[in-house]
Amino acid sequence: MSVLYFLVQQTMFFSIPLLIVALGGMFSERSGVINIALEGIMILGAFTGILFISFFQAALPGQPVLLLAVLISALTGVAVSLLHGYASINMKADQIISGTAINMLAPALSIYIARMIRTVQQIPFINQFRIEIFPLLGNIPLIGPLFFQNTYITTYLGFLVLAGSAILLYKTRFGLRLRSCGEHPQAADSAGINVYRMRYAGVMISGALAGLGGLVFVIPTSTQFNAEVSGYGFLALAVLIFGQWKPGRILMAAFFFGLMKAVASSYSGITFMRAIPIPSYVYKMIPYIATLVVLAFTSKKSQAPRAEGIPYDKGSR
Amino acid sequence: MEKRKSALGASLVNVFSSVTAILVGLLFGFVILLISNAPQAPGGFLAILTGGFSSMRDLGQVLYFATPIIMTGLSVGFSSRTGLFNIGASGQFITGAYAAVFVGAKFTFLPGHLHWMTALLAAMLVGALWGAIPGFFKAFFNVNEVIACIMMNYVGMYLVNFMITKTVFDSLKNQSMRVADAANLPRMGMDLVFREGNNVSSANSGIFLAILFAALIYIILEKTAFGYELKACGFNRESARYAGINERRSIVLSMLIAGAMAGLGGALLYLAGSGKGITVVDVLASEGFNGIPVALLGLNNPIGIIFSGLLVAYLNVGGFNMQLHSFAPQVIEIIIAVIIYFSAFALLLRGFFNALKKRKEES
Repeated sequence: MSVLYFLVQQTMFFSIPLLIVALGGMFSERSGVINIALEGIMILGAFTGILFISFFQAALPGQPVLLLAVLISALTGVAVSLLHGYASINMKADQIISGTAINMLAPALSIYIARMIRTVQQIPFINQFRIEIFPLLGNIPLIGPLFFQNTYITTYLGFLVLAGSAILLYKTRFGLRLRSCGEHPQAADSAGINVYRMRYAGVMISGALAGLGGLVFVIPTSTQFNAEVSGYGFLALAVLIFGQWKPGRILMAAFFFGLMKAVASSYSGITFMRAIPIPSYVYKMIPYIATLVVLAFTSKKSQAPRAEGIPYDKGSR
Repeated sequence: MEKRKSALGASLVNVFSSVTAILVGLLFGFVILLISNAPQAPGGFLAILTGGFSSMRDLGQVLYFATPIIMTGLSVGFSSRTGLFNIGASGQFITGAYAAVFVGAKFTFLPGHLHWMTALLAAMLVGALWGAIPGFFKAFFNVNEVIACIMMNYVGMYLVNFMITKTVFDSLKNQSMRVADAANLPRMGMDLVFREGNNVSSANSGIFLAILFAALIYIILEKTAFGYELKACGFNRESARYAGINERRSIVLSMLIAGAMAGLGGALLYLAGSGKGITVVDVLASEGFNGIPVALLGLNNPIGIIFSGLLVAYLNVGGFNMQLHSFAPQVIEIIIAVIIYFSAFALLLRGFFNALKKRKEES
């Protein structure tokens, strides 16, 4: 039983950041803007968040510091995403270009600033955010150990983001307008929707969530930030496509991948798996191969938002 | 004749807008140096500007660093021209590199020049395979090539690490073994030219191969019916099919060629005779991702990619020299990122230059 609990907790650590960042990417792409800058935005979001924590961890108690850091990471993400928005919406540039620029800028800038401030590029922080056990909820049999022990508030934040995203995208006027800009911006424009403004909104939401996702990724898995998020931004992009640009499917994709990763990284702690003589590298490859195989069976009808990647030009019809 | 003239004008405008982006990037880098350490800034900036030319050895290093990123740039640029975004150059690069190192270390029975040639061929084949897999998934299962490429990057990295530890492992250095001397690319006397005293650069004939393949890609894309078909598929899959082009075959083939280029890049880096081995760490090969900015700066044009690869390598060598002035070398990456970002404004600049030209013609 303890193996199951452990596996679920590990899955959360891998899945939640993927979920948050992929949902962010969803808002951008559903509005018609490809955002391959997710990786870079995650790095810069994690950078400012962790920097804040490392400065204030002594002065403030754990959870408030974390919540403030969450806010700072999200705001950083929004600021960085504006760079992407300006190039790909106003300047009508190829959307890959500014994304690549941000991905290149992010690790270099965070290393450079970190070295200016503290001469080494790593930023250590004290992980005082782990919640050993929730009062009351954590004592419920089965559910308690699964979801309310050895956890972080960021996990619940991830589910909150999921619920919020699904409602925003499908149940509000804003969501409908956003989606229409990603499918047929000309039609949206002729219905009186400001396509540029909607695309900016999509890009900024993706920035906020990617920045937040960066912090959420680093907190449970490390005690220092080293200007990287292990390619999770690109994996989130993969989860977004795997989830066919829909919140519910993104959730499933993120958890499928997260579970595979959790099994791969903790198989040595599982007795019957340790007994099989398979090299650890094979386990490490499984999540990626499994994803490819599942995709081969589920992608026949996969369709990206139709106007994705095409700059909107009011003049062209 | 008229058409050729306007094409020349367009490429001139392209060069203009690229140069402007480079100048803005350098200016931005200078501002960063000024902010972080004003007294050292002019010296550091001068080191960046002159770095690649400061000695014959440094010039040789520029050629050495440019070689692999020109190849991955070609890989990304070629696939972009055929409507595919090859974000998997990293996996193709490292699997190709492994194939080259394996042949280089194990196939010592091959005589003389045949050894390195076989190693290069092996790298191209394995890289091509690694590129063709996402192409196959895209063509037959409608799997988005971006996601398939990302997955293949990781599979390639883990597989190569596993295979190195099983076959060609140097456990002391935690990297792949040294390859046999005959497996290294011929220096062609470049070690005699590009050196400073006893400090020899790693320049080798790889750079000529990179230029040769850039020319080959250019010919395929611009001068052959085959290249035309690949590009047609990129523009519009449906109409290409309507015109009788086998679009599935085209997708697989363009990813295959892209993969071969990236795989060859891996071989050219690790067979350079610099003693560099593939380190066994769980990190994706950065050379593959660096192909994306190189391709973008080169406007996906094979000839442009040669120049953008040389530029990025030149700046990187300058970055090493700049460390003497107590700056972190990351400034270079920031500068390159800014250059790329401003190259996104090329459209705006092009419009501006065209308007200028028009006014000139009218007056």
